[in-house]
Amino acid sequence: MKILVTVKEVATVEDEFEIEGTAIADQYLGEDLNEWDDYAIEEAVQLQENGVADEVVTVTIGPEDCEQTIRQALAKGADRAIRVWDDALEGVDLLDVGAKRSILQEVIAAEDPDLVLTGVQSGDDSWGATGVSLAEELDYEWAAVVNHLEHDLDDGIAAVRRELEGGVEELTDVELPAVLSIQTGINEPRYASLRGIRQAQRKPLDVQTLGDLGVDESAVEGAVTLTDMYEPESESDVTVWEGSADETASELGELLRDKGVAP
Amino acid sequence: MSDVLAITDHRRGELRDVSYEIITAGRELADETGGDLHLAVISGTVDDFAEKLDREGVDAIHTVSDGEEFNHGVYTQATTQLYDELAPQYVLIPNSVNGLDYAPAVANGLDLPIVTDVVGVETDGETLTATREMYGGKVETTNDLEGPAVVTIRSAEWPQAEGTGDASIESFDADIDEDDLGSTVNGFEEVAGGDVDISEADVLVSVGRGIEEEDNIPIIEELADALDATVSSSRPIVDNGWLPKNRQVGQSGKVVTPDVYIAIGISGAVQHVAGMKGSDTIVAINTDPNAPIMDIADYAIHDDLFDVVPALTEEFQ
Repeated sequence: MKILVTVKEVATVEDEFEIEGTAIADQYLGEDLNEWDDYAIEEAVQLQENGVADEVVTVTIGPEDCEQTIRQALAKGADRAIRVWDDALEGVDLLDVGAKRSILQEVIAAEDPDLVLTGVQSGDDSWGATGVSLAEELDYEWAAVVNHLEHDLDDGIAAVRRELEGGVEELTDVELPAVLSIQTGINEPRYASLRGIRQAQRKPLDVQTLGDLGVDESAVEGAVTLTDMYEPESESDVTVWEGSADETASELGELLRDKGVAP
Repeated sequence: MSDVLAITDHRRGELRDVSYEIITAGRELADETGGDLHLAVISGTVDDFAEKLDREGVDAIHTVSDGEEFNHGVYTQATTQLYDELAPQYVLIPNSVNGLDYAPAVANGLDLPIVTDVVGVETDGETLTATREMYGGKVETTNDLEGPAVVTIRSAEWPQAEGTGDASIESFDADIDEDDLGSTVNGFEEVAGGDVDISEADVLVSVGRGIEEEDNIPIIEELADALDATVSSSRPIVDNGWLPKNRQVGQSGKVVTPDVYIAIGISGAVQHVAGMKGSDTIVAINTDPNAPIMDIADYAIHDDLFDVVPALTEEFQ
């Protein structure tokens, strides 16, 4: 069985930042492997260690700068990586769901995996829709927001739990091939070992352009245009207690006594 | 091509609140397009649901009786067929866990753009402008698109529709292809049970990512002991296995309304806030003065929790 995991390097933002146009100014941005994808990678690697999967391949859309982040997945046990990038993607400030789907569908069609794992959403723009969109396009089955996967996939069925609101889980059987969007907490993502990090440097990382994949450049424009970015107006009317920890702790103590809930 | 079709959400015999909120969002949008607001309710006791959903502002309710509980295949097929029949300009779907399990499939199948998790939406009849958050609520963005679209709306952003409506209620005869249903829902399980019910507590001492590591959890437990309070947490603490699931406050955990909620090292992601904003008094202890939790906190200490928490424990010992 082959598993493909979609991974993304997400932008992280410092506490204090400035906006330039429709983006946060570069100097306030950092980068990280998307938190949800970390769990998806772990799930795939565990399936491989349990002998269910033969190969784990990651795919990302991103410039060369993100290779270090993507290699984290290789260091944790994925076998090889595909990175899609193209001049046509430079400077695009929003890749909408349709655009991401048009690119990733060609990679999945070429790789023909039995199982595709995505994160539920990305930590930066949080669309949460690419996985199901891909499944519909490719005629795969799917399940969104999966927080448990039985590792017995032999009979062509993935038995999953979907995490609904309010502490309720839905128990669902999903026919393979399928796309599952993976929720945080499904497992305990490992840290890469030093040996893993060394090995990752030698694992294949294949770079493909839109042309290589047969994706028309116009697809990346998408239907949705980002027109403005701003800091939301704070509705806060918070009373801030200042002073040393002893002073602020005593303010809080006083509040609890006022409310009649102090012991 | 100026109507709005909104799909409602229910689970285990109950309509979810977002079903009444989507009426408000849908009505606002339909007023802007000059069209009608159609609701659809799919699976389960649809006649009973339709009666409850007939609130002010709804023009028509379409009931699809196939199935009992949510199945994304049934919802995708039924919504797609309703779209073909009604030709609305916009399809609104709750941005719930189930909404995200079929809205992208509907959009993709109909070759429509999708905008998810919107907190505001308006149209001039041609261009739709959707407001979304990015970076965990640190910024908001506006996103434009032309023509028909699928839009998923965040829960608790619009007020629930009230009053009694005068909608036509019609059964919609969807043609569900059973062979195309590749997933089967076998049941549900409540996973937040156990010995402690955090929703019963008067005072919650709630811990988040700021606690940094499992070995630091005892300082929170010591504070809760000193205050005769109950320990709860945000999602990452439960994801890490540092506290059990029944301690989790938020959308996928419990909704709590204590007299005092002390949020310690919790940034206040929207999913967390959904579970605790009804608390009488909210106190936030966080080094980041811009953390979203400050928007709903009544009192705040912008200081290191590792200094403040032990000081507070000492205050009550």
